[in-house]
Amino acid sequence: MNYPRILICGDSAVTVEFGTEITPKINAGVKAFTNTLMDNRPYGIIDEIPTFRSVLVNYNPNILLYKELEGCLLELLKKSAKYPSEIKKIYHIPVCYGKEYGPDLSDVAANASMTEAEVIQCHSEKDYLIYMLGFLPGFAYLGGMNKRIETPRLTDPRKKITAGSVGIGGKQTGIYPLDSPGGWRIIGRTPVKPYDANRKNPILYKAGDYIKFDPISPDDYSNIRDAVKAGTYECQIETR
Amino acid sequence: MGILLLKSGLFTTVQDMGRIGYQKYGFSVSGVMDARSAKLANILIDNPENEAVLEFMMIGPKLKFTSPTIIAITGGNFDPVINDKPVPMYTAIYAHKDDILELKYAKTGVWGYIAFSGKLDIPVYMGSRSTNTKCGIGGFHGRKLKKEDQIWFRAKNRYLPSFLSRNIQPEDFSGEKQEIRVILGPQDDYFLMKGIKTFFEEEYKVTSDMDRMGYRLAGPYIAHKDTADIISDGIPLGAIQIPSHGQPIIMLADRQTIGGYAKIGTVISIDIPRFVQSREDTIIKFKKIDIENAQKLYRDEEKAYDKIVESIHHPCKEVLEPRQVSLRVSKLFDENVQEVEKWIWKD
Repeated sequence: MNYPRILICGDSAVTVEFGTEITPKINAGVKAFTNTLMDNRPYGIIDEIPTFRSVLVNYNPNILLYKELEGCLLELLKKSAKYPSEIKKIYHIPVCYGKEYGPDLSDVAANASMTEAEVIQCHSEKDYLIYMLGFLPGFAYLGGMNKRIETPRLTDPRKKITAGSVGIGGKQTGIYPLDSPGGWRIIGRTPVKPYDANRKNPILYKAGDYIKFDPISPDDYSNIRDAVKAGTYECQIETR
Repeated sequence: MGILLLKSGLFTTVQDMGRIGYQKYGFSVSGVMDARSAKLANILIDNPENEAVLEFMMIGPKLKFTSPTIIAITGGNFDPVINDKPVPMYTAIYAHKDDILELKYAKTGVWGYIAFSGKLDIPVYMGSRSTNTKCGIGGFHGRKLKKEDQIWFRAKNRYLPSFLSRNIQPEDFSGEKQEIRVILGPQDDYFLMKGIKTFFEEEYKVTSDMDRMGYRLAGPYIAHKDTADIISDGIPLGAIQIPSHGQPIIMLADRQTIGGYAKIGTVISIDIPRFVQSREDTIIKFKKIDIENAQKLYRDEEKAYDKIVESIHHPCKEVLEPRQVSLRVSKLFDENVQEVEKWIWKD
């Protein structure tokens, strides 16, 4: 199969597919193409959804016919191959691990035959690439978690997981942006809100950015939570 | 002033044409299920096509007008009455202050719409007034409406020219069988030839598992080559997912942005309204169409809307149908004559 390729998704959308695997390289193609598309959006394209390995492009067939769109996209693909790799943007997310904030930390530690401190160390030392956002507003699909702390999902999912909870589900790790049912192992919680409907930018980060978890104490947790409530907290962003 | 809900109806929400441009952050598009009916309701009263309407499922709301306005009701046949007197659907009608509009159980179709020339005073959130109940955003406090909710109007009373021309033939959603056109892909290569043949040659039934997110159908097993799972990618409106159980799920207005099941095809845009208005047990027969023809039909439909706009602004219709005019003009002489005059003569 030759990638990237364009797949027809009905009369008003196409998928530009870069591969069928989850790899940083394929995702970099997705990112470059999405940025190129957003910088040079042809009239008639109304929305795009970047994912692990593809971009769904929604368009208005009253303005653009498929053949015309295909031409535009092929041009954009050529352009995006030359898109300069962006500066790496890392969002530091403070997390209070364990205790009532992360009731499943001990299970994860037991499963990995590690101490809780080692799990925290292991989980918080990496930069995680945000492959895509979806499922819930601001829910980030993160890649690159250390295999040692992979833990199966709960057999009986919780009815409610508090917003801000940080969990591990199989090979994945992530933050619940809203109160939601879910089966991930909860190892900590952040006072920072990845999604806040009342903020100027309701979603904190975008696909292609990175997340790093910084361990904090319960005292730090309540201080940051109060600052977030007061609207004075600013998430620490590191660029490389 | 505006409207006061006396009975909520079923899943009554405020919707427009959807929250476009935020799917990359994980927000569903939302918006009306049957875009054609909602558009026609707005067209009938000269509202912009994207103006917010009330949408309800199977059972309509009962509401009181706390100020006068002009409305149009479209979609399935909900037997609307104002002050217990039947009123026509697909027609611009006056609602006076204190009038009570009641919609009943749908005789045909699933979804109903009311457009208000007073325009619902609902804040725009991320470019849309649509309700996203999952996230609790947009619409009326991010939720479906309930008894005693009150929504105000934000526009002034308007004069609508050619008032008596403002009616169109209601759509008929009573069919027990619907032919729904589908463009193959994007993951048709995940299915056996046999599976694709089954999909297009057999009949599927709408099940009771239907909501704003999607409709599940039941019928002969659609065979995959190997796995039904893909690495999650974006889901367009009308996508037909086939999980490993081999039964189709059609993804609709409140669909999640990303999903991991193979999609055999996509329902074409202009067939979505007829599909969503298909009730439980309606037989669905999928028919293959190519993209060129589908997009031609899409453009034809856009032109058809222009024709409708023209026809409802045509002043001569009433002159050509004097009987209908006399029936409707007689209303001018009932007890509400004062207010009607205001509507006709004042801007």
